[in-house]
Amino acid sequence: MFGYYFQLGMRSLRRNPVLTALMVVAIGFGVAASMITWSVFRVVSGNPIPEKSSQLFTVLVDNRGPQYNNDGEPPEALTYTDANALVRAHKAPHQTLFYPIALAVLPGGNRSLPLKAIGYATNADFFGMFNVPFQYGSGWSAQEDARRTGVVVLSHEFNQQVFGGADSVGRDIDLSGHTYRVVGVTQHWDPKPRYFDLFDGSAFDEPAQIYIPFHRADDLKIDTAGRNNCGGAPNTGVDAGREGWLHGECSWIPMWVQLDTPAQVSAYRNFLEGYAAEQQRAGRFRWAPNVRLRDVADWLDFEDVVPPESRISLIVAAGFFVICLVNTIGLLLAKFMRRSAEIGVRRALGAPRGEIYRQFLIEAGTVGAAGGVLGLLLTAVGVGGVGLLFSPEIAQLAHVDVSLMLSTLLLAILATMIAALYPTWRAAKVQPAWQLKSN
Amino acid sequence: MQIGPILVALRRHKAGTTLIALQIALTLAIVCNALFIIQQRLVRVDRPSGVQESNLFVIQNDWPEKLPSQDADARMRADLQALRQLGSVQEVSSSNSFPLRGSGWDNFVRLSPDQVKMTTDTAIFFSDEHTLATLGARLIAGRNFSADEVGSQSGTDRMHARQIIISKGLAEILFPGGSALGKTIYVSNDNAPSTVIGITDTLQAHMTGVWAKPYAYNAVLVPARLTGDGTFYLVRARPGQLADAMRQAKDALYAQSPMRIIPAQDGIMTFAQVRHRAYDGDYGMAILMGIISAVLLVITAAGIVGLTSFWVGQRRRQIGVRRALGARQRDILGYFLTENLLITLGGVLLGVVLAVSMNVWLVIRMGSQPMSPLYLVAGVLMLLLLGQGAVLAPAVKASRVPPVEATRSV
Repeated sequence: MFGYYFQLGMRSLRRNPVLTALMVVAIGFGVAASMITWSVFRVVSGNPIPEKSSQLFTVLVDNRGPQYNNDGEPPEALTYTDANALVRAHKAPHQTLFYPIALAVLPGGNRSLPLKAIGYATNADFFGMFNVPFQYGSGWSAQEDARRTGVVVLSHEFNQQVFGGADSVGRDIDLSGHTYRVVGVTQHWDPKPRYFDLFDGSAFDEPAQIYIPFHRADDLKIDTAGRNNCGGAPNTGVDAGREGWLHGECSWIPMWVQLDTPAQVSAYRNFLEGYAAEQQRAGRFRWAPNVRLRDVADWLDFEDVVPPESRISLIVAAGFFVICLVNTIGLLLAKFMRRSAEIGVRRALGAPRGEIYRQFLIEAGTVGAAGGVLGLLLTAVGVGGVGLLFSPEIAQLAHVDVSLMLSTLLLAILATMIAALYPTWRAAKVQPAWQLKSN
Repeated sequence: MQIGPILVALRRHKAGTTLIALQIALTLAIVCNALFIIQQRLVRVDRPSGVQESNLFVIQNDWPEKLPSQDADARMRADLQALRQLGSVQEVSSSNSFPLRGSGWDNFVRLSPDQVKMTTDTAIFFSDEHTLATLGARLIAGRNFSADEVGSQSGTDRMHARQIIISKGLAEILFPGGSALGKTIYVSNDNAPSTVIGITDTLQAHMTGVWAKPYAYNAVLVPARLTGDGTFYLVRARPGQLADAMRQAKDALYAQSPMRIIPAQDGIMTFAQVRHRAYDGDYGMAILMGIISAVLLVITAAGIVGLTSFWVGQRRRQIGVRRALGARQRDILGYFLTENLLITLGGVLLGVVLAVSMNVWLVIRMGSQPMSPLYLVAGVLMLLLLGQGAVLAPAVKASRVPPVEATRSV
């Protein structure tokens, strides 16, 4: 029967071409608008590390106090003093700290101009904690951190640029006048949003190209290439050059810990409170401990990482789709009720209500499928054009894949069938006797 | 026109009536909010920067080595000298940032050293005696920096801000109704006083985010070259020589020394590009909302045409009877126009409630502005017109139903 009803559906589409075209266009536009905005939204609001997002926590300590903190919240990163002390304490199974750096590869070989290399100064735990996949070699060891050696991990893309994609592990590279030995090359790795570095506002920026040990960068006095937030308190130690700044109260180092069990989480929280209390006793903090441990989801939410543009356009597009569906309900009602006589004949010949339901829902499904195909075409065009709607770094995240195509089609068919429920119910209620009499 | 019979007839087809009214209500809610968003974005985009934007471009110059502060300063001065000598260049200056850049350096401002909460936030532009002329910003009071006042410092040094020039916007926030000239304010973290020696006309900050709206026109010019990993060169070309100046400037810098990085992408931008990049999200929202509103209105109109045509088809016999009983063509036309007006009125009533609730939600959750009632009025008028326009064709068709239709059984 399905095949027959489908054929009837196709025939009926041709019977009122204008009405049908109207429905198909409405569904097509509605589903396309929703899917285009969804294609962006799903990336910006996605979980960038689903396998362990509840085990990774960013560590925040209020070093400003109630007068200068942000409505009771600690700054979004740590000071040099706190980050180093907390990582050195080693109270979590894994802990990392980092800051953005911008170095350069000096001219050499066939390059006559220097090349910029952006990345992070961090520690050995970074790679394991954030599940960085390696193409060659691996990250460096905790011993190399302690020995403050000049080692470097390159990104796949940067290795391509500098070493032509060869296995460069063991080779030397000169970065801003200092030599580093390559210990690893990552695979393409670009979690979006870049949850661990929201402090620098680089959630959707180009991926890092290099990683060097934090202590090495510190020895070489490499300044942060990212944000430096000194807050509003006066006398935050910006007097005596770099040393004064390092040991002042400016926040610029994000820190993360990996805590695998609830027991570890509460133990770490206690430790953190204890650390802040100790700072209070030492006279550095003149307020009660105010610390935060925020996991990935919490942190993404707190930092409002989803651009308001993306949220508003998704809501408006969904509203648009709802209107298209309301429109479709009306048109389907008109289309179905026009065929009251036909329904009356079928019912009189013995068709149960269920058959009427089946026939008209399948017919609505064919309308939905036609709308879905149009929607698919419009979505493909639209995703190509999101550059017009969002900033380039966000627009490039939107892409059409099989799951988006399938969901476009499914959404169109399902939504149309739901819209058809009421018109179908009305069609099934048609009294055969009435229709036969009026004829 | 008798409204009573129309209402009775409407009660006979509740479903269709409700659907049209609902569609009109939702359309009104979305279109009002979309138009309001468009207007908001366009207002933002049209804000003046206070910069004479034509003939101005920006070069991002990074140093590949870590330079001691004095060396970086020497290189910057040599670069500025080389750029200034170009025939196509009128003025040049170095800075850490510039209006509309998006990110940069901002400091809190206090009026006294022991004040706890900041009075406001401000952009810090490290400047020299050529900065105002390069940007094309006018002084409305006081004087410019002199060459010997301009020093240099690194990002981690104490800020040399004993004498500063501030923007009109900042002056008005700090000293409403009075003159800021000669006054002392506190903008540096070491809490040292800075004396205002000049006030510029309107000058926009680097901050363009919606959150920064209260600070969007706060700028402090500090007389120093900021040394560090790199700098921006702001270059004003002679009128009509922008393209030449951009090409020559890049060549001149590389001739001066190849040990520099000017990013291939966006390393050299005209100010028009800077402006576009600052506001591309706003343009995007305006375009998206525009497309959605237009398509929505067309679909709603088409929906009304479709359903009304269906009703007309259903009621051909009744129309024929009315005509046979003496109703004129325009009575039938009037019937369908009035019927649509009633439905649309019901729809817009609900729509106004929905539109306001949607706006309230956007205000609470997204931090948008409350919508002016003008948008509701405009939206209501637009939908009433749209409804009447859409119903016209089916109504005319209905009015042409001949009285003889009454005698036919189908």
